[in-house]
Amino acid sequence: MSKTTTPDTTDQRGLTLRRDVSVDSQLRMTWRRFRQHRLAIIGAVVIALFYLVVIFADFLAYADPRAGEAGVGLVSPQRIHFIDNGSISPYVYQLEGVRDPNTFQRVYTPNKNKKIPVVFFVRGYEYKLFGFIPTDRHLIGVEGAKAEESLFLLGTDVQGRDLWSRVMLATRVSMTIGLVGVAISLVLGIVLGGISGYFGGLIDTLIQRLIEILRSIPTIPLWMGLAAAMPREWSILQVYLSITIIISLVSWTQLARVVRGRFLSLRYEEFVLAAQVIGCRPPKIIFVHMLPSFLSHIIAVTTLTLPAMIISETSLSFLGLGLRPPALSWGTLLQQAQNVQAIAMTPWLLIPAIPVIVVVLAFNFLGDGLRDAADPYATVRGKGF
Amino acid sequence: MLHYFLRRFLIAIITVIAISILSFAIIQLPRGDYVNTYVAQQTASGTQISAEESENLRKQYGLDQPMWRQYLTWISNVLRGDFGLSFEWQRPVSSVIGERLMLTIVLTSAAVVFTWIIALPIGIYSAVRQYSPLDYLFTFIGFIGLAIPSFLVALILMYLGFKYFNADIGGLFSSEYVNAPWSRGRVWDLMKHLPLPAMVLALSGTAEVIRVMRANLLDELRKPYVSAARAKGLTEWQVIMRHPVRVALNPFISTIGYLLPYVISGSVIVSLVLSLPTIGPLLLRSLLAQDMYLAGAIVLLLGVMTVIGTFISDLLLMWVDPRIRSEM
Repeated sequence: MSKTTTPDTTDQRGLTLRRDVSVDSQLRMTWRRFRQHRLAIIGAVVIALFYLVVIFADFLAYADPRAGEAGVGLVSPQRIHFIDNGSISPYVYQLEGVRDPNTFQRVYTPNKNKKIPVVFFVRGYEYKLFGFIPTDRHLIGVEGAKAEESLFLLGTDVQGRDLWSRVMLATRVSMTIGLVGVAISLVLGIVLGGISGYFGGLIDTLIQRLIEILRSIPTIPLWMGLAAAMPREWSILQVYLSITIIISLVSWTQLARVVRGRFLSLRYEEFVLAAQVIGCRPPKIIFVHMLPSFLSHIIAVTTLTLPAMIISETSLSFLGLGLRPPALSWGTLLQQAQNVQAIAMTPWLLIPAIPVIVVVLAFNFLGDGLRDAADPYATVRGKGF
Repeated sequence: MLHYFLRRFLIAIITVIAISILSFAIIQLPRGDYVNTYVAQQTASGTQISAEESENLRKQYGLDQPMWRQYLTWISNVLRGDFGLSFEWQRPVSSVIGERLMLTIVLTSAAVVFTWIIALPIGIYSAVRQYSPLDYLFTFIGFIGLAIPSFLVALILMYLGFKYFNADIGGLFSSEYVNAPWSRGRVWDLMKHLPLPAMVLALSGTAEVIRVMRANLLDELRKPYVSAARAKGLTEWQVIMRHPVRVALNPFISTIGYLLPYVISGSVIVSLVLSLPTIGPLLLRSLLAQDMYLAGAIVLLLGVMTVIGTFISDLLLMWVDPRIRSEM
């Protein structure tokens, strides 16, 4: 609590202005409320880490995610040995693949005589940091061998592409596709919800019915239908954009509802009335006067919309109707784990499910915390756990 | 009351019309029409079709008509039970969908019932014993259920089933019943296979319903009539079950409205993973093959199913909650 230390003052009329009353800005109260929500803080940290991965995806990967090595298909996650002859120097054993004459599967055995040291900041495949700085440095790698042929932190897929590196790059797509989608539904939600709540009457009824109809349609079949109509020859970028648009088609409705509710409750507040009286135009009243007063609510709802978008993209891509290989996303990676045979023989192909679950949980915790904090005057009821 | 009924009915009708337009749009979206596909097919198999012939085909199928005309033709056929021809199966759409639609309805209804069976007692417990360790535990599990998309739950269960029981847990029937005609044995077999996929589907909705139930009951528990009931000397169990739970239950019925689109959506993907013979896998296949009449019919049917379910829940609510009856 920020207590001002200035002494009490007396104004012209001789009234004492007490200064020992604690004064907190709304922002500070919100922040304090938010800080108490421990899970929300954890969620925020996790999400921040994921976005760091988005920025440094290529740096964190060590093998070219698109380069397949036929000789190392379906390698299971590899063990890293940390202690070599009593000192800490991580290494892995060279793997030697032999085709089993009975099952025709490649079986890999570590060659205990060939140690490959694992080191930091090594040269690997070339990429552009932040999209414009050409470099070939990677966080980890191996010495004296090609990373593509010797290091398999999370194993490889059928074509011998390294799963760790692929997950890193997939994070970039999966984490940003939601952002673009949310941006679209944010605009739709605020504009339509704002109009609906501000003007009321017939427009309100029409928009509310539209929302009701949209919400009663099962989304996945609808998305599947729309996604399947995308021409096969479209580029990755075109598909990416259309997927975001398809997903945001439905998700704006929730935002619009929140915005409308807020507008309805604010419509007859004195400051809105005052703005109307001095002749402000509706757009100015909506965006300059009313919107800022419930911005925190919008942020909270947005945070809760993001995980839904991530799940949608993952589901569509998993079905083969969303992003398609060679595009990398958690959904396209999970496509390889679609049937029980694949899961039984190569369970590590399910690993891309872990970031999906972690990120969605984190967003939910963060959104919950934000929602509670957005209303710092409300009494704490559901302690939000 | 009549006003309420009519209003709901009108909304349901409008929604169905909107869904039918969307479904028709989906049928129309891919480039080219059925004749293009047909010509390509015939050419591939060695039969040449002249431009004149394909024009005739277009006329025959009414593809030269303006869009709204085609929509009206399609929808009036649908109303008569004729969903068009599935190109891929070369059979009427209705015969392809047939049993699968019924199994979809069985599966989604089971999922909704499971959602309640799981969420109802947990919600009551969490409200009555607020902030107890179990309350926290259930809230946490609820969060996890919310965070993991149902198809991932299905994948993980399949992996566990294979690893620890060495069994394929997919499907709705044992192998000897898959293509068998309906019999008592087949129904029993279905009953045995149903709980697992239904639970998977139920999991994602459960979290939300627990939350709603907990919040509602907490609100009710603070009201004076609860104290009055206690003062009358009822046991705690009677106090809670007889009054506040009944009031808190109302939103339950109204949750069908948003639960259904959710569960039906989920069923499409979960069916694919667990290879259930519902219309989900059929929808995916038809979309990938651009068998658009089949796809459009499935989207339409799933949508209409949702609307009917929601409408029934509205009526139930009207029946259960006297406040709605008197309000209107």
